[in-house]
Amino acid sequence: MWRRVTAPQLLQTDTTDSYGMKPILIFGVEAIAGTYFSSPTNIFAPASTPARSIFDLSLLVLAVTGAIFLVVFTLLVYAVSKFRRRTDDAQEPAQVYGSNQIELAWTVIPILIVAALFMATARVIADTEKVTAPKNSIAVIAIGHQFWWEFRYPGLGVAAVNELHVPLSEPAYATPTFITLLSADTDHSFWVPRLAGKTDLIPNHPNEMWIDPHETGVFLGQCAQFCGVQHAKMLLRVYVQPRSEFDRWVEEQKQPARLSTDPSEGQRIFESTACINCHNVAGTPANGSFGPDLTHLMSRDTIAAGAAANTPANLRLWIRNPNAIKPGSLMPAMQMSDHDLDAICAYLETLR
Amino acid sequence: MTTNSIPWPGAGVAEPSVVDRLHGWVTTVDHKRLGILYIVYALTFLIIGGIEATIIRIQLIRPHADFVSPEVFNRMFTMHGTTMIFFMVMPILFGFGNYLIPLMIGARDMAFPRLNAFSFWLTAFGGLLLYFSLVGANGLYGAGNAPDVGWFAYAPLTSRAFSVGHSTDFWTLSIFVSGFGSIGVAINFIATILCMRCPGMTLAKMPLLGWMYLVTAGLVVLAVSPLSAAQIMLIIDRYLGGHFFDTQAGGSAVMWMHFFWVFGHPEVYILVLPAFGFASEIIPVFSRKPIFGYSVMVAATVAIGFISMSVWAHHMFTVGMGRALNTLFVFTTMAIAVPTGIKIFNWLGTMWGGKIEFKTPMLFCTGFIFQFLLAGLTGIMLGSAPFNWQLSNSYFVVAHFHYVIVGAIVFCIFAAIYYWYPKISGRMYNERLGQLHFWLFFIGFHLTFDFMHFVGLLGMPRRIYTYEPGRGWETLNLIVTIGVFFQAAAIIVMLVNLVWSYSRGEKAGADPWDAWTLEWSTSSPPPVYNFAAIPAVRSRRPLWDLKHPDNPDWRYEE
Repeated sequence: MWRRVTAPQLLQTDTTDSYGMKPILIFGVEAIAGTYFSSPTNIFAPASTPARSIFDLSLLVLAVTGAIFLVVFTLLVYAVSKFRRRTDDAQEPAQVYGSNQIELAWTVIPILIVAALFMATARVIADTEKVTAPKNSIAVIAIGHQFWWEFRYPGLGVAAVNELHVPLSEPAYATPTFITLLSADTDHSFWVPRLAGKTDLIPNHPNEMWIDPHETGVFLGQCAQFCGVQHAKMLLRVYVQPRSEFDRWVEEQKQPARLSTDPSEGQRIFESTACINCHNVAGTPANGSFGPDLTHLMSRDTIAAGAAANTPANLRLWIRNPNAIKPGSLMPAMQMSDHDLDAICAYLETLR
Repeated sequence: MTTNSIPWPGAGVAEPSVVDRLHGWVTTVDHKRLGILYIVYALTFLIIGGIEATIIRIQLIRPHADFVSPEVFNRMFTMHGTTMIFFMVMPILFGFGNYLIPLMIGARDMAFPRLNAFSFWLTAFGGLLLYFSLVGANGLYGAGNAPDVGWFAYAPLTSRAFSVGHSTDFWTLSIFVSGFGSIGVAINFIATILCMRCPGMTLAKMPLLGWMYLVTAGLVVLAVSPLSAAQIMLIIDRYLGGHFFDTQAGGSAVMWMHFFWVFGHPEVYILVLPAFGFASEIIPVFSRKPIFGYSVMVAATVAIGFISMSVWAHHMFTVGMGRALNTLFVFTTMAIAVPTGIKIFNWLGTMWGGKIEFKTPMLFCTGFIFQFLLAGLTGIMLGSAPFNWQLSNSYFVVAHFHYVIVGAIVFCIFAAIYYWYPKISGRMYNERLGQLHFWLFFIGFHLTFDFMHFVGLLGMPRRIYTYEPGRGWETLNLIVTIGVFFQAAAIIVMLVNLVWSYSRGEKAGADPWDAWTLEWSTSSPPPVYNFAAIPAVRSRRPLWDLKHPDNPDWRYEE
């Protein structure tokens, strides 16, 4: 009966019900969190094993805490409604000082409950954290910057910015992605709620996490550790693609910038201003690494770490005055003439 | 001299001038006056911190709002957190402790009255230092700015590379200075409670509030010290070339987290134990029954004190501590739920079979039990480390700790304000306004903090000055913001009530609640010397024994 109300995005894969709690709770959780508040960042809509095992554990925890709440709340409501003083009643009630049996009962029962919760929790910690990367996994190094994401694929020789591309992990042929988390400056946290819980990116403290997405699509997330002025617009997009599509993306990203033999005016301006101090365009003198790599800028859907769609108008606005889109961004306003601005935009739009 | 006012130094000659009165307040070492100073000081910061919270919520009322800039927003949440923890809740609890503990244990003052005054003025100076950053943080040449690194100020955001100017220095120094004030008053509480109890009051016959403050004071000494040490290390990093937390030179950001949370988690219990103390005094009086399971309550308090020192890293489950440490801190966190749960059951046991009268203090205590129950249960969810990987740093956490700090602690503080207002002022508060305050605040609280849980479950992180549309967060954030205005209205009602009743309220008399502890045996407000003769007690409820000589407590207590 409960399956009839199942929101499709919540149960993409029919994995095992490890605690037997789903029939009891799925209705409430899905009805409230899944159907009523549909959200691309809902933690109760897992699409990857780490998020799925948290979801399963959370059902157990919610069931236990919900039951405790119902019992204690009922007692409270009963006490509040039953044991009121009537206005004409001047006599003191019976003075009761306590009861060792009752105290023992409400000590032992909670101990048993938290012991059970502890063991269930310890199992999920072990399941998630002891996993080692299988041979056919994708390795990614994620580096947090103020206020954007850099992704390197050491095994594939490509890089991505803000938009992480990973292959779909089929149940029959699992290709999980193992992410090493580093930071170039302050603390950040990688959080894509439908794929996994968050893990922090801390300078001098490399961390690991993994995902194995079971469905294709774009998964949204954002930085979850306050990292400075523009923490709010350090958004994160994960593109889960079928393996063939992912491989094609890798091939495209491997190419150097497709440039005409005769540099355009925009390219000359780009290469003779401060742009190249921070940005890299493979195959040209621009080899900065402080800002995002622009070699394949036009292959991305967004700019400014997801803060704006990658349209010519937004790109022009971003170069003219980054603060208009993302106040506090570390990209300086370049104070260019309209002519230079147009030329640079035209050049950037060739970087596919 | 009337018994209604605390006599001024040199009183009895003529009405003292305003200057003399102020001088009297500044130089006082009387525990009751210092208690009042703490409370008034804290209520001032409640208003300031509340205004900051309102600014935060107006900015978040809809996606892409531009009520304030991101810079201002970041200052607001930093100042709101720092203010409410260090300059509102802590001082108001110290204030009530100062006022009540000598009266409840039958003493004439705290053990070290001068240290007491010194501690208050250090705390007061710390708060002023924090707010002086608004003028001074950028130096003398222009507009200042306030700290903007968050109230737990994670490294390396506090290093000079990322925090230019002096705003972080003001934050560090104000925490450092007020920390000394906290340690001073804690030592005072410990000495007073251990050494100044009246004849007959063994530790086992002390009001529960005394026990709660004793454990809290011990925790203050243990927990504020590492925080102060960390502030010194941060200053060394910033100005003397140290590299404790400076990651660019090989320092450790994680070490700051450990330093901060080894203070930060016991701090929660430092704040909540006195609130438990208020509830444990108020619920019995309005239920007309003694506290259920006194000795178990004491044992649970001491257990919480010990276990609370071992749970800090449950704030760090996403930091990558490894399986072993994560599992260990899940264990300790689950363990602390047990004594906390026992307390809730004992308060229920106290109400069970009683004849409850729902005056304002009892209303707030009932709200407290309900909200603390929920806060404890969301705490268990957060304590389950994998669930925490989703929930931490989301609005679910913000909702959880506001449930603890506002839903539990501040509700108890309001209960305490109304319960002891007649003792402190000599006048009754207005009951109808008191109930209005409760209902407005109760509705506002639940609108704001209930819906924060849901927006957190839908993936909204904390500390973002704006958010994208289309994530299911819009309606929820609107409701959250609406709740703030109910809460603000409730606070205004309370302030009006307190001020109006001070001159217009009915005379309270010594014992308006027909209560049982020693503070109700002396006049309202009490004379400077508290008691004409030091009382002697035979049970935990000395006034019950006086009122019921045929059926005294000491016959039944163990």
